[in-house]
Amino acid sequence: MSDKNISSKMFDWVDSRFKISALVDYMGTKVVPTHSHSIFYYFGGISLFLFIIQVVSGILLLMYYRPGADSAYESVQFIVSTVSFGWLVRAVHSWSANLMVFFVFLHMFTVYFTQAYRKPRELTWLSGMGLFALTLLFGFSGYLLPWNELAFYATRVGTGMAGAVPVIGKDLLIIMRGGTEVTGATIGRFFGLHVAILPGLFTLLLSGHLIMVQRQGMSEPIDWANKSDAEKKYMKFFPNFVLRDLLVWLIVLNIIAVLATFFPDGIGVIHWPLGEKADSFAPPPAVIRPEWYFMFAFQALKMLPSHILFLEGELVGIIVFSLGGLIWAIVPFIDRKAAIDQKSKLFVAFGYFVLAFIIFMTLYGYMVE
Amino acid sequence: MFKKSFVYLMICMFSAVMVSAAENNCLTCHADFEEEDGPSHLITKDIHIQKGLGCVDCHGGDASLDDMDDVRDSKGYKGVPSYKDVPKFCASCHSDAAYMHDHNPSMPTDQLEKYKTSVHGKQLLKKGDTNVANCISCHTVHQINTAKLPHSSTHPHNIPETCGKCHANTELMKGYGLEATVLEDYKASVHGAALYERGDLSAPVCNDCHGNHGAAPPGVSSLVAVCGTCHAIESELFNNSPHKVAYEENDFPMCMTCHSNHKILKPEDKWIGTEEPALCVECHSTDDGTTGIETAAGISNALKSLVQAQSEAQLALDEAIEKGMATTDAEFKMKELRQSLIQTRTKLHSFNLDSVLPRAEQGMKEADEVKKNSATLIEEFYFRRKGLGVTSLIFTFLIIGLYFLIRKVEKK
Amino acid sequence: MSGEKSRRGFLEAALGGSALLAMAAIFYPMYQYITPPKLAEAKLSQLKLSFSRADIESEPKKAKYFKYGRSMGIIFITETNELKALSAMCTHLDCTVQHRPDLGILWCSCHNGRYGMDGSNISGPPPRPLYPYQVKEVGETIFVSKEIADE
Repeated sequence: MSDKNISSKMFDWVDSRFKISALVDYMGTKVVPTHSHSIFYYFGGISLFLFIIQVVSGILLLMYYRPGADSAYESVQFIVSTVSFGWLVRAVHSWSANLMVFFVFLHMFTVYFTQAYRKPRELTWLSGMGLFALTLLFGFSGYLLPWNELAFYATRVGTGMAGAVPVIGKDLLIIMRGGTEVTGATIGRFFGLHVAILPGLFTLLLSGHLIMVQRQGMSEPIDWANKSDAEKKYMKFFPNFVLRDLLVWLIVLNIIAVLATFFPDGIGVIHWPLGEKADSFAPPPAVIRPEWYFMFAFQALKMLPSHILFLEGELVGIIVFSLGGLIWAIVPFIDRKAAIDQKSKLFVAFGYFVLAFIIFMTLYGYMVE
Repeated sequence: MFKKSFVYLMICMFSAVMVSAAENNCLTCHADFEEEDGPSHLITKDIHIQKGLGCVDCHGGDASLDDMDDVRDSKGYKGVPSYKDVPKFCASCHSDAAYMHDHNPSMPTDQLEKYKTSVHGKQLLKKGDTNVANCISCHTVHQINTAKLPHSSTHPHNIPETCGKCHANTELMKGYGLEATVLEDYKASVHGAALYERGDLSAPVCNDCHGNHGAAPPGVSSLVAVCGTCHAIESELFNNSPHKVAYEENDFPMCMTCHSNHKILKPEDKWIGTEEPALCVECHSTDDGTTGIETAAGISNALKSLVQAQSEAQLALDEAIEKGMATTDAEFKMKELRQSLIQTRTKLHSFNLDSVLPRAEQGMKEADEVKKNSATLIEEFYFRRKGLGVTSLIFTFLIIGLYFLIRKVEKK
Repeated sequence: MSGEKSRRGFLEAALGGSALLAMAAIFYPMYQYITPPKLAEAKLSQLKLSFSRADIESEPKKAKYFKYGRSMGIIFITETNELKALSAMCTHLDCTVQHRPDLGILWCSCHNGRYGMDGSNISGPPPRPLYPYQVKEVGETIFVSKEIADE
């Protein structure tokens, strides 16, 4: 029983200085709704856990990685071939990155379809959208860093699309690439973005997101508004939900370990072999493709005709995507019905359309290859 | 008159004879009565016409005349040379250094002199044998082209077939006591394979060993020098080997003794050794008073163990690659090992154990390194699997523990 | 009651134990990873050679080989006392070329291919020149690198 005394003494020490007992009491009263879709509550947590893995494995990679056209590829090759467990760290970072994008997508769509964005969680949704965009940027900027053939061409195509943005496109492209072409200068920029700017912004936004979630608690299903209290079931956030979260995280960690060991270079279309070093003079590989989570956009833009009316096809595509993204981001403010706890068929239909579009375009993109 | 000028116009249009066309009346009539493969039609693709020469520059006469009979009587008319006179006919320009200088300064002018020394030239010019090759047999008439053009009869890729026109003709060759299998043999050789399968234009064709204008079989004494133009190390080693003297004394055809001439096959390690099919035993035996058999046994063993070691190393390396390990270092060593094997095989032309064995030993060391390196990688592969197994077991245990904890907490 | 207590004790011990082991399983690879390997940093495309000009001079053929990525290079001293580095792989069939100061050429012994000191293919089968490396001498140390064309 002496250890209990020590821990309670330590608590008292902190509490007398920072007054945290109110916070602890508040956490103790927090509950999580229990219903048939309770599993949705885990996706955000999993995304958070994967982000933590990214930070840890990313910091480890930073110890040996050296940006630059004459060192990036060599240092990654060094990590996977010479550093002990270097292969594991790179594989974990890559697998966890892909899983993170997947779970962020999943989290976003489950929130959308349960209309959890509705009042009073508009800002939580908005910050989530910001985190989603940052996640994609993380993926895009990280892909180039090994400076291999695959990454070089994917980045050339990806930044090329930015060049189609009206008015600022040309400047944007030059700023992104650090010149007119993808070169060693591009690595410097993407590296800075990937390891400093994005983590900083992400952490800031994530803190806001989590504080809002903790303050407001989990969203209840929309039809609970008409239910009596007797019909509603809850579980305690602490320790019940936290323990379950931990359990899920452990399973995810184990899955990553298995994937990283058996497929250190990825598998199928989720594939990141180091391959040959980027060489702008070498003929491009037969298949240039973006990472799977950009496939739908890549494919959609590819399918557009060169001109729609008097506008360039790519430009139209970018405008449509921007508009779609904007509507998606401000949905809590325009979905008036959800704000008064009524399910809006129109917005559910829009969600299904977006989901179907993404899935179809992704599959189609891989099929036409 | 109208019809004539129309034909004239047509010829102008369909031929490349633009430059001399204005003065060249020959084609007016010759194109009329000659078939599609006649000189007046073929000539349009000939290098002489392309360089601005006309019919009369070779055949003489006055091209501005309208009547063929008048041309025949005109000044300097040479007409068609006899087969025997063709070399002189061509040489009237090609051996004239001053004339050639004005047209193609880098071109040699010694073709006729060389031709006179060739077997072909001797047969034709001294014995009047018109069955042998003269200029046009290889260069064609009226379709003459530089050897640089891929469709030219003298382009390296086409030379074997060009020579083969006669030398693969059994009837014709019988008269000279020559085998007509040379073309077939060449095609089956490593050189033929390099030329036809790999498209390697640096692979030797007929004229690289026999010469072209001075074509003759290389003599026994010059054979090492001929092969040595490419196989420099082998010939150097051979010249310093005990075989050189022995072959000279016995009049053996040097390189050919083991490698044959036209059907030069990819050498095999079993050619050296102490029993059939090794070639050594055709001359050597244990009691021949030389160290031949001993040396053959030594080289053969060294090669056998190196090849064995190489295939073992390759097997180990393949397994490591197949397991997806980072094998760059091992692959690099493997390249060195391949080089060692090639060099060991090259060194055997010294027929001296002191020269062959150290090279083979170096290769054996490289093979060991590849094997060791690959084994480490394969071990690492299984270490990863075991590590994952242990880790998963721990995680599973923890997960189950957590599950029971949750159940206990929720029971309360 | 005591059975309950001992069961609880067992669960706690098992959980604590496996949590500790799990920590070990996570931190062991991390510790191994941050322990610097024998070769403490990546070899870059600018390669530092392990020998000096004096070492090359002491070679009978005034040339040494170096490993560059997946390929092999040769560095040699020319008649004018310059250091030059070229790919050592003959462009004909990948044999290793050697420096022949007596002839003033680089020579491939496989099929008597000859290259000039600048790597140009001058006679024999080689279809292409040898790839040149940039050489930089800083004091005793020699660096070789491939030309980076995109910067």
